[in-house]
Amino acid sequence: MVEVFSDTVLSTVYLVAAILFIQGLRDMTHPRTAVRGNFTSAAGMFVAVAATIVWFEILQPWVMIAGLVVGTAIGVGLSVTVKMTEMPQLVGLFNGLGGGASALVAGAEVLQLGSTNGGVLPVDVGVAAAASGIVGAVTFTGSMVAAGKLHGLITGSAIRYNGEHVVKLAFLLVAMLSGLHMVVHPNLLGNSLQGAWIPSYWVLIVAASALGVLLVIPIGGADMPVVIALLNAYSGLAAAGTGFVLGNSALIIAGTLVGAAGMILTVIMCESMNRSLSNVLFGGFGQEAASTEEMDEIYEGNITETSPEEVEMLLDTAGRVVIVPGYGMAVAQAQHAVAELAELLDENGVDVEFGIHPVAGRMPGHMNVLLAEADVPYDMMKELEVINPTFSQTDVVIVTGSNDVVNPLANTDDSSPISGMPVLNVGEAGTVVVNKRSLSPGFSGIPNPLFAEDNCLMLFGDGQEMMQECVSQYKETH
Amino acid sequence: MSEIVTYLTFFVLAAFLGYSVITKIPATLHTPLMSGSNAITGITLVGAVVVAGSGSTTLATALGFVAVVMATINVVGGYLVSHFMLSDFHGGGD
Repeated sequence: MVEVFSDTVLSTVYLVAAILFIQGLRDMTHPRTAVRGNFTSAAGMFVAVAATIVWFEILQPWVMIAGLVVGTAIGVGLSVTVKMTEMPQLVGLFNGLGGGASALVAGAEVLQLGSTNGGVLPVDVGVAAAASGIVGAVTFTGSMVAAGKLHGLITGSAIRYNGEHVVKLAFLLVAMLSGLHMVVHPNLLGNSLQGAWIPSYWVLIVAASALGVLLVIPIGGADMPVVIALLNAYSGLAAAGTGFVLGNSALIIAGTLVGAAGMILTVIMCESMNRSLSNVLFGGFGQEAASTEEMDEIYEGNITETSPEEVEMLLDTAGRVVIVPGYGMAVAQAQHAVAELAELLDENGVDVEFGIHPVAGRMPGHMNVLLAEADVPYDMMKELEVINPTFSQTDVVIVTGSNDVVNPLANTDDSSPISGMPVLNVGEAGTVVVNKRSLSPGFSGIPNPLFAEDNCLMLFGDGQEMMQECVSQYKETH
Repeated sequence: MSEIVTYLTFFVLAAFLGYSVITKIPATLHTPLMSGSNAITGITLVGAVVVAGSGSTTLATALGFVAVVMATINVVGGYLVSHFMLSDFHGGGD
């Protein structure tokens, strides 16, 4: 790296970029200012990258420009074609690319030091590079597997085998020992070979890449909000680690901010399921599906079916309606029909709100963006703590495509896998309409006694079809 | 040695600052927050362009090129999808 101008000026520009990132995140605290915040953050990125290009003497400008052009084309192409339901896997994919890039940059810097610095690798740089390499590679392959699962390319259910923890531990040990070897014996294989390849770093990358796959493969689809949030934190930490390698304050500050964001979201998601992080990562949720006898015992003779016509009559006399969306709504692409129904009710003077569980969907806040895309006003979307006390004053609750997050067993059965999980207490409302294809259990694999309650009506069928029928029924009579 | 302490100071302060700012973000905006903060990780692009343009060895240049492509997808894609999502949120007083 040949510097054209003094470091001080560049450091000051990086400080400006860091301020823009922080201000951008602060603006994200309200939807009114969030668009501006995104621009502010993007401006910070532009300033940092542009200053870097101007400040360093670029000997291979075409390589750099080609990289920027190719990356921009792919990034724009993916962003404009994505459907809102596919957003979790796209965010996962981007996340992984950021982590992978950090690992490569750290590797390239180690390689440069190896060839230019007489093969000497300072201990602190070596430690930072090893950390950045492991975290970055785990983020890359882990995110690819997560994105593959979310996109249906890999099975969404947990893939487990005997001794998997030992295998994971073995790969982690190989990666860490390779890192240690790089730090302690950077010259063991001779300057020339070491300078060209730094073999230990690449062994580390291969082992960590395998570890990333092994870590995410055994995690089921319902746990994806936690995994995506955790990988987000990792990608930030990988960037911060690369900042330590390069001695770059912008990378350290920006990477750490992202690391903090990802960690906070991870904790929120875990709390929303009343599970520890280790339980999510190693526990294997929903392994044992409920037996048919167990389900028959609860459901047999206690299920009341309903129809869109009957739902319309219920809505006709309702003063307050709450709609509870879940991942099934997203799969059925029913968000537009649901939004239309809410709008019609609102126009007719019904007090209508959406109750959104934090882990509904495949990433934190996933339901909210789906509903926002379908033009549901921000003020209508309520979080669990806000909506729960209102159910007792609610006439009709419509549950569409969600299952475990409305299961009363979480409050009543200590032995249940979802015991202690905060749930939406929809059963307190006058009538609950549950739209579902069948009585099959959700990700937790347990039956839902709510369906057998006297005030619960089952509206069997595809989410989109049923909601659209409810909309047309409602339109006909109003 | 003092340099590493300076960097550690940045790291710790940024962690506290990030915590206090991000805990104020409502659940509704968590997906855009994630893709937006995700785009910020693309800051590693700063290192990538330097590595790709340094021309020190062919291997470093090749690695740098791949890193630039990956980081640019992360940055451009991350900010764009955040923008699309955020511009969908209505009724927040805009």
